[in-house]
Amino acid sequence: MDDKYYLEFEKPIIEIDKKIQQMKDLALSGDTELESEIRNLEKKRNRLQSDVYSRLSRWQRVQLARHPMRPYSFDLVPLVFDDFMELHGDRYFADDKAMVGGFATLDGHPVVFVGQQKGRDVKQRQYRNFGMSHPEGYRKALRLFKLAEKFNRPIIIFVDTPGAYPGIGAEERGQAEAIARNILEMSVIEVPIIVTIIGEGASGGALGIGIGDVVMMLENSWYSVISPEGCSAILWKQVDDPKQAEANRIQAAEALKPIPDDLMRLGIIDEIVPEPAGGAHRDYAAAAAILKNILLEKLNILSQKDKQTLLADRLRKYRTLGVVKEL
Amino acid sequence: MVEWFKRSQKSIAGDEKRNIPDGVWTKCPSCAEILTVMSLEKHVWVCAKCDYHFRIPATSYIRLIIDEGSFDEFDINLVSGDPLNFKDSKKYPERIAAARKKTGRNDAVITGLGSIDGLHVSFSVMDFNFIGGSMGSVVGEKIARAIERSLDRGIPLVIVSCSGGARMMEGILSLMQMAKTSALLALLNKKRIPYISVLTNPTTAGVMASYASLGDIIIAEPKALLGFAGPRVIAQTIGGELPPGFQSSEFFMEHGFLDAIVSRPELKESIARLLRYMLPTESDRQFPL
Repeated sequence: MDDKYYLEFEKPIIEIDKKIQQMKDLALSGDTELESEIRNLEKKRNRLQSDVYSRLSRWQRVQLARHPMRPYSFDLVPLVFDDFMELHGDRYFADDKAMVGGFATLDGHPVVFVGQQKGRDVKQRQYRNFGMSHPEGYRKALRLFKLAEKFNRPIIIFVDTPGAYPGIGAEERGQAEAIARNILEMSVIEVPIIVTIIGEGASGGALGIGIGDVVMMLENSWYSVISPEGCSAILWKQVDDPKQAEANRIQAAEALKPIPDDLMRLGIIDEIVPEPAGGAHRDYAAAAAILKNILLEKLNILSQKDKQTLLADRLRKYRTLGVVKEL
Repeated sequence: MVEWFKRSQKSIAGDEKRNIPDGVWTKCPSCAEILTVMSLEKHVWVCAKCDYHFRIPATSYIRLIIDEGSFDEFDINLVSGDPLNFKDSKKYPERIAAARKKTGRNDAVITGLGSIDGLHVSFSVMDFNFIGGSMGSVVGEKIARAIERSLDRGIPLVIVSCSGGARMMEGILSLMQMAKTSALLALLNKKRIPYISVLTNPTTAGVMASYASLGDIIIAEPKALLGFAGPRVIAQTIGGELPPGFQSSEFFMEHGFLDAIVSRPELKESIARLLRYMLPTESDRQFPL
């Protein structure tokens, strides 16, 4: 990994990692005394890592969710599913590259997968429109949900978006309608739906594919009504001093309570999916293995419900969300 | 300040102050025509020259659309909690308290039962003066209960929307109100109960991306701002100017997302006519499908 891919709080850990690697290279040449030193360094590294990660601020977790090496949908799909066949297009307008999906097999079980996809390099980022879907993306997702319902396949969804795209074409083609329609339809789709926020869950853009019987978040992901930057821009307008702007974003992240622990406490999500030490970007395979196990466990539970119970439970779950008082 | 410069009475707060001045005449912000308040009152605050619709209070829509004396308000005492312990320049409970003081209402929607030209309906109207008509848990819950009143009684649902979207200060819980209301509308669909969504200036973001977009029939007042993202955000994203008329009712209609644009004085009659086309009739009984 290049230095530019380290977040500020990762640096001391990475430094030790580098030292360990250097020593390991030397040890290969037969120097046995190095081994105990390596073990000591590894202990030190693990202590430091768990110390740093146990004290991450909400804003730092948001940064981990956006880590340049963060696994995206198509990084996890080959590791989670036995196979996958991509399906394209909304049948009305276009094939949205920020929204992907198709048939997949999860440990032998046929399922339908839908997820948001970001790009890694400049070209890919543009191709995937930074993971920001147009209405045709939401309509493509809905087409796949209906396909799943028709052939009685459970739906597995990975949410990872900085928001639904705010553009002229998106408005012309009814971004609001597309999201609203998905939310309504997903409430009554007659197959199990498992949603996992794998990175960013920004507002309506996330909710547009975010209704499910089980909603989970990866340990270093965020999900909120608005991004910390958006919130900060509304509350404090434009700030020129970069230090102040950063402080505002930190405060906004704290105020919005967007991390998995917060959403668990508020009763919005059902499960936090642990990530390997240091974050999912340090070990894609390990992250996918943990996720796969939990998906299978949830799918097993949901598959035992009859359709009526499944739908009644889903409705009850969303009907009860909110905090109100009677005077 | 010299004493006699001060207003002796409390001024009308916020947008009402800007949009509905309390003089004997006012200037139309759209065409600059000078209009007397008396004539505006008669025309339910629509400019006679250019059809500009001044913003009117939520309660005015009840008088405009619901048969006189038939409205029975529900869930008046529902108030917001502060689940996030949200604080920016002000604490959220202080913001709520200020909005309650300003509007005399507990949150941003009025819901109840009433009749429109004799037809019983579950009616809701949003109040922009209460934190921009934003949808938090109370708005979501009151709309949910309004839908349930439709479901329970088998009567049509009419919602007049006016909102900047989800309420940021309730974070993810506001977002979930989109899910709560839309899920119940799915049940209304299944029971084939009519829902008319009326959009007024502005209806955007979280409200537009949930119940406001899900009517069997969607109508809007002329020249309202309607859309998903706010125009400022879009201009920033595309790094350019927005085309004229972008995100107006007329734009929305042109792109296929509205059934009709209806001027305020015709709202009641249009809604009643639409409902009669959808509700069961005598001929349904004579010639059941």
